[in-house]
Amino acid sequence: MITVLFYVFAAIAVGGALGVVMSKSPVGSLLSMVATLGSMAAIFVLLEAHFLAAIQIIVYAGAIMVLFLFVIMLLNLGHDYQKDLKGGVFALASFATVGAMAGLLSIQLRGAGLAEDGPGGAAIDAAMAEHGVVGAIAEPLYTTYVVPFEITGILLLVAIVGALALAKKNPA
Amino acid sequence: MITEALVLSAFLFVLGTFGVLVRRNAIIMFLCIELQLNAVNLSFVAFSRIHGMDGQIFVFFVMTVAAAEAAVGLAIIISIFRHYETVNVNNFKLLRW
Repeated sequence: MITVLFYVFAAIAVGGALGVVMSKSPVGSLLSMVATLGSMAAIFVLLEAHFLAAIQIIVYAGAIMVLFLFVIMLLNLGHDYQKDLKGGVFALASFATVGAMAGLLSIQLRGAGLAEDGPGGAAIDAAMAEHGVVGAIAEPLYTTYVVPFEITGILLLVAIVGALALAKKNPA
Repeated sequence: MITEALVLSAFLFVLGTFGVLVRRNAIIMFLCIELQLNAVNLSFVAFSRIHGMDGQIFVFFVMTVAAAEAAVGLAIIISIFRHYETVNVNNFKLLRW
């Protein structure tokens, strides 16, 4: 059952990713991206990362994609249907290169024979049973990783100030 | 399941790379970069089934950096659009040879 669901959502994710790359209009790309993000959240649930699945939907599909949509609206690009794929030799060479990359990677991974569920899976399940789904990720986040977590706050502050300064109409 | 997730992650990353290489619309290039970040997130989550919770925490940080990157990048696109009246990267040739 889980394997079937995984393949269904993987197909939606790859289809959405193809839509992102191939769609003519930015809005079409964006909606395909939302489909990809949603099916990826489902795959996170299948891999038992429930908190990350919720964050994926709320932050990525909810906030970041809406930010993109706002910019498309602000710049009035919604009806910008001009063909903008780079054609010819460049596209073919890119496709050959990245296709070879994907093929090599998947052959490598197929040969690796990874375990279905390693020791980490058991540790995560134990942590979830003890602290709950959110607590299992919050406990190390606020103890072992508390310094990177605080630095993340500074990063977001810098990003806010930078975005405002860049997007201001008349820079002083 | 872990192997399948890693293969899916590789394919999504490659599709994102292809998009960055062949599209000329700056916003779609940004979306493709987000796709690459998401593919990496997926492989972090898959590896967290082997190595423990640290992978999921790293995904948390990657998402934060992606949000910051999207905000600053879109601000840059807005200010470029104000200057050139387009988001097609063919028109930005100040640093091209």
